[in-house]
Amino acid sequence: MGRLKAITIKEFWALVRDPKARMGLFLPPLLQLFLFSYAATLEVRNIDLGLYDMSSGRYSQELVQRLDGSPNFKRIEVLHSPEDLRQAIEDQDVIAAIVIEQDFDRRMASGQSAEIGVVLDGRRSNAAQIVAAYVTRVASGIGAQVSNLPEPEGLRVTNLYNPSLDFVWFNLPSLIVMLGVITSIAVTGLSISRERELGSFDQLMVSPLRVHEILLGKMLPALGFGLLNGAIFIAAAQLIFDVPFRGSYAVFFAALIVFNIALIGVGMFVSSLSRTQQQAFLGSFLLTIPIIMLSGFASPVENMPEWLQVLNHANPAMYFLPVAQSIFLKAMPLSAVISWMWPVVLIAIVTLSASAWLFRARME
Amino acid sequence: MSGNLARLDRRRLAALIRKETVQIVRDPSTLLIAFVLPILLLFIFGFGVSLDANSIRVGMVVQDSSPQANSLAQALRASPYLEIEESPTVQPLRDRMVANRIRAMIVIPQDFGASIDRRAPLPIQVATDGSQPNTANFAAAYVQGIYGTWVEQQGMAPGVPTVTVNTRYWWNPELKSRFFLIPGSITIVMTMIGTLLTALVVAREWERGTLEAMMATPISMTEFIASKLIPYFVLGMGSMALCTVLGIVVFGVPLRGSVFALFLLASAFLVPALGLGLFISAATKNQFVASQAALFSGFLPSFLLSGFIFEISSMPRMIQAVTYLVPARYFIPPLQTVFIAGDAWGMFARNIAAMLTFGALFFLLAYRTTRRSLD
Amino acid sequence: MIDPVAIAKGVVKRFASQTALDGVDITITPGKITGLVGPDAAGKTTLIRILAGLMAANDGEIAVLGGAPGTNLEQLGYMPQRFGLYEDLSVIQNLDLYAELRGLSKEEKPATYGRLLDFTDLARFQDRQAGKLSGGMKQKLGLACALVKTPRLLLLDEPGVGVDPISRRELWAMVKELTAEGIGVLWSTAYLDEAAKCDSVTMLNDGKLIYSGDPSGLTDRMKGRVFNASSDTLDRRHLLTQLLGDNEVLDGTIQGSSIRLLTRSEHPSLPGIRLDPLPPRLEDGFIEVLGGGPGGTSALADAYSRFDHNDVPAIEAHALTKKYGDFTAANQVSFTARPGQIFGLLGPNGAGKSTTFKMLCGLATPTSGTCSVAGHSLKHAGPAARQSLGYMAQKFSLYGDLSVEQNLNFFAGAYGLKKAAARDAIDKVVDIFELSSRLRTNAGVLPLGYKQRLALACAVMHEPPVLFLDEPTSGVDPVMRREFWVHINGLVSRGVCVLVTTHFMEEAEYCDDILLIYRSEQIATGSPDDLKAQASRIAGLSDPTMEDAFIALIEASNVDTKNPRKAA
Repeated sequence: MGRLKAITIKEFWALVRDPKARMGLFLPPLLQLFLFSYAATLEVRNIDLGLYDMSSGRYSQELVQRLDGSPNFKRIEVLHSPEDLRQAIEDQDVIAAIVIEQDFDRRMASGQSAEIGVVLDGRRSNAAQIVAAYVTRVASGIGAQVSNLPEPEGLRVTNLYNPSLDFVWFNLPSLIVMLGVITSIAVTGLSISRERELGSFDQLMVSPLRVHEILLGKMLPALGFGLLNGAIFIAAAQLIFDVPFRGSYAVFFAALIVFNIALIGVGMFVSSLSRTQQQAFLGSFLLTIPIIMLSGFASPVENMPEWLQVLNHANPAMYFLPVAQSIFLKAMPLSAVISWMWPVVLIAIVTLSASAWLFRARME
Repeated sequence: MSGNLARLDRRRLAALIRKETVQIVRDPSTLLIAFVLPILLLFIFGFGVSLDANSIRVGMVVQDSSPQANSLAQALRASPYLEIEESPTVQPLRDRMVANRIRAMIVIPQDFGASIDRRAPLPIQVATDGSQPNTANFAAAYVQGIYGTWVEQQGMAPGVPTVTVNTRYWWNPELKSRFFLIPGSITIVMTMIGTLLTALVVAREWERGTLEAMMATPISMTEFIASKLIPYFVLGMGSMALCTVLGIVVFGVPLRGSVFALFLLASAFLVPALGLGLFISAATKNQFVASQAALFSGFLPSFLLSGFIFEISSMPRMIQAVTYLVPARYFIPPLQTVFIAGDAWGMFARNIAAMLTFGALFFLLAYRTTRRSLD
Repeated sequence: MIDPVAIAKGVVKRFASQTALDGVDITITPGKITGLVGPDAAGKTTLIRILAGLMAANDGEIAVLGGAPGTNLEQLGYMPQRFGLYEDLSVIQNLDLYAELRGLSKEEKPATYGRLLDFTDLARFQDRQAGKLSGGMKQKLGLACALVKTPRLLLLDEPGVGVDPISRRELWAMVKELTAEGIGVLWSTAYLDEAAKCDSVTMLNDGKLIYSGDPSGLTDRMKGRVFNASSDTLDRRHLLTQLLGDNEVLDGTIQGSSIRLLTRSEHPSLPGIRLDPLPPRLEDGFIEVLGGGPGGTSALADAYSRFDHNDVPAIEAHALTKKYGDFTAANQVSFTARPGQIFGLLGPNGAGKSTTFKMLCGLATPTSGTCSVAGHSLKHAGPAARQSLGYMAQKFSLYGDLSVEQNLNFFAGAYGLKKAAARDAIDKVVDIFELSSRLRTNAGVLPLGYKQRLALACAVMHEPPVLFLDEPTSGVDPVMRREFWVHINGLVSRGVCVLVTTHFMEEAEYCDDILLIYRSEQIATGSPDDLKAQASRIAGLSDPTMEDAFIALIEASNVDTKNPRKAA
């Protein structure tokens, strides 16, 4: 115990003693938290729209006004020719342009159904689709309004847990996962290779410390920081970003501990494998990217090809991401958390044993 | 190093470049960044990230047994966009949603058939899981679409004039998100090579003391900097070419513009990327710090603040202002254009000018920081 | 008089917190080797960098090759401390690079390369990567790179650190040859025997010039004050301790079975001691200028446990063999070191010394053979064996970004010292090594001497019966080296066994037993006097120094194996 305590304290100081390293532990995650939570949004707002109106009657005016009044659209650029339109889209001045044919007003006035055209920039197909949906919603209201008839409701959509579909409510819990991945792997990924490069590794090896003491000593401070960062993010999410936390803190932290241990295992594995800090850094980077990108944060896991979904079962973030989101917003109960998290326990066992084995194998 | 900054001796430069090339070939981590990383990134973005429409798992409760209700339920079940999980009551579906196993639930209410007969149809209830807003939107839109088609088929169109919207997606009618993700990942790859790799190799010379020996030879600053730029420029272009070929062959992304335009744009982008890498290495002189700095000033902004995945126009004003300082912001739109749309020289020229301006700025900073002295 | 190739007067260089050079003068004459000597942190490297134009002086007049520093780089050869080689380039690629950078013409190339490769004996290794060369070969390649285009001024920054005596001797011969062509050489070193061979020396201490001129000028002052001291009643270690405690004595070192003594006066009164006059050396003058060596008693040893000379050998190695693939790094090494003994492991760079050392302290697993420390087998009772040894690495290998106190706390804990015991042990070493004012300083920024002390402190806090020291004084100046050995001698007299590797033949004199390893084989064993006797028998030397003996034995072994090494 005495030895374990000594090495844990040493590892703790090794992490925080250097002011630059201390900053590195807290500042980048916080910076990323702010940047990501505001910048990483798949919403589409402040849209610049083109308008090529060949009809210019009452109904088309009405449509333009409604579009202009919608909070999603920032600016409507009037275009005068098909050539204008092509140029505006090609140069990305506008993401889409509405084309209103000459007979639009005539048809509407006579109570017929009419059509408008929307030309969208296929280079940004995702945003373009969302823009198309906005335009459709506005346009479909026109008919009902001009005929002064109530529009039948048809579909009543409620968004549970996040009624206004605020993207920040999705981002914040996800960021706790992403930043956890980045920091935990970075902190542990360099821990052994740094000692190798600086020569203190030999000093450790000739001391009576056992392998498990060395590994535990390196894990515990990293775990501590993972949890501390988690706690800071949870507080920031609620106090600064007004994201509700509806679940149980105990359950959340239990899952966070399991998740962090799995990540630390990954980091230790890379570190045991690397001879130099540069290799460790690259190795960590090469693993961090897929762990994050395939977690379901950037796009749903279901959208991936079958074979990648199979591979993704080894990705701890793929399990913890939905758990974190669900505990935050949906108060996911323990039983459901366990049904998601048990593979992470397996991953943790595998990565930790692999790193211990590798550490032993590469002692010389 | 010689005090004469601008001197460029072809022989010395050739020797330095030869040395750099040997080092690139000998160092496995360099090759890892230049060739393995691009392939990995391309595959992750090409296969792993897809913003395309895909089937969403939803729960359904049919509370009405009328033929209309059955017909609608059948239409929903038949949709390729929905994967329906049925239950007689709402509660178990709610639990499934909390457990994150379904993304939305549809309730066809009791008395639905009768209400249609009365020509006052009851609304279908759709409850989405708001914890994933993007998917929630998609789910609602899918159900809306299926319902709309079903209503039309039933001949129950309301008696008001409707405006239909006829959409045309230029250049990408099938709406493949790969079309914009692949050029985006090429940008990331080139940032990594230009900035991270360059920062690391120059910092390594400081760390290992080889720069000290270099500085005591008659080489000039220009020669030293050029000897770093040329090999990594070639490496960056090679990597770009590799990604382009993979993008076309494996992911089916078209290259509708000219190869010339592609190379011109890529060359212009490498100028600020390399300049930033040199500046970082000169300022830090330490591999670890350099790698962190390259990550935070190169990789993250290119990923987040360039319009690669996240629309710049949707960001808060403050952050939008910051994006103007990110060179990748000027590279992604023309790169997407040259791949998907074709040559558009007007926009290319503007963006190339912006990239070169940033490049000049970074080089100036790098020049000022890489002094020939150890002080 | 010939114009000097470099001349500097009143050079001042200030860094943020201290003055590195404070009014230093130096003159480098063509065709001569000028030695630059001084203790650690005296300002040697700073001065060389200023002359090379890598740093700007704050004050002083400097002319290098007739111009300001940094203007005539074509005619300057510079070898920095770490040689400036690209480790992933081959020998020939490194040479090519520097040849092109220095503008060697194509016609000159074959002749120059031939000469340099011959000169450095690197022809056989031209395709080997520089990183895979031994220390001595790296150093020669570094020199070759500095010489591709024959310079008029050659600046060498501590070329001898960490390099074995043979390589050092060869390097010296090479540089000496160059001066014959009229090159002016500046040779910075912490080895006084090297400095003594220079044509003139410039001695720095703490940024100030303390001597400049012919080395004999300093040596001659010591005439009549150097003696070989011996006693019939005391063994050499106790004799040294007693003498160093005497007011008459300025400095003393062990040499064979007796003591080499520097006294304050020409007629010291040291009753009961037999004194035979010896010729003085430059080092004697250096020590006097710096105010003499340390006292003879070690507070560390006084506070240390006493280990009985029982029958259990402190270190026992039996047929230790280590193979990497089909390369045998160490073959059948066997020896026994007893408690209370200093055991030296000597050999040229790359001979297998480090591999053997690593196996002995458990850092490498032997392919075959066994070894034990204090009776505990490293294989079967690893932790127990490791608990009984203290280890000091070649390079500073504590935690540089942790404070002195945090390092001490960690090592106390790592060796399982309980709270109160840890507190006591730490207080004790802090007191002995005068660390109290630096407890909060990061270990990495300590001056070299303090790093050394801290490393020793961390190695001995748990009072192990066996100490492993891997080139413990590499790069350290003579005064600090003496202080270090006072502690080691003290510990040994308490029954501690010390295993040491070193390139300092002077330090080898402190050993009771020496094992000489060359080409993975143990080629000689015995006390320093035994080895000298063997050497004089083989090579016919009369009264050889330890260094002579070392070289003679290695060369004899070359003849035996019919694989002659090219004579330097």
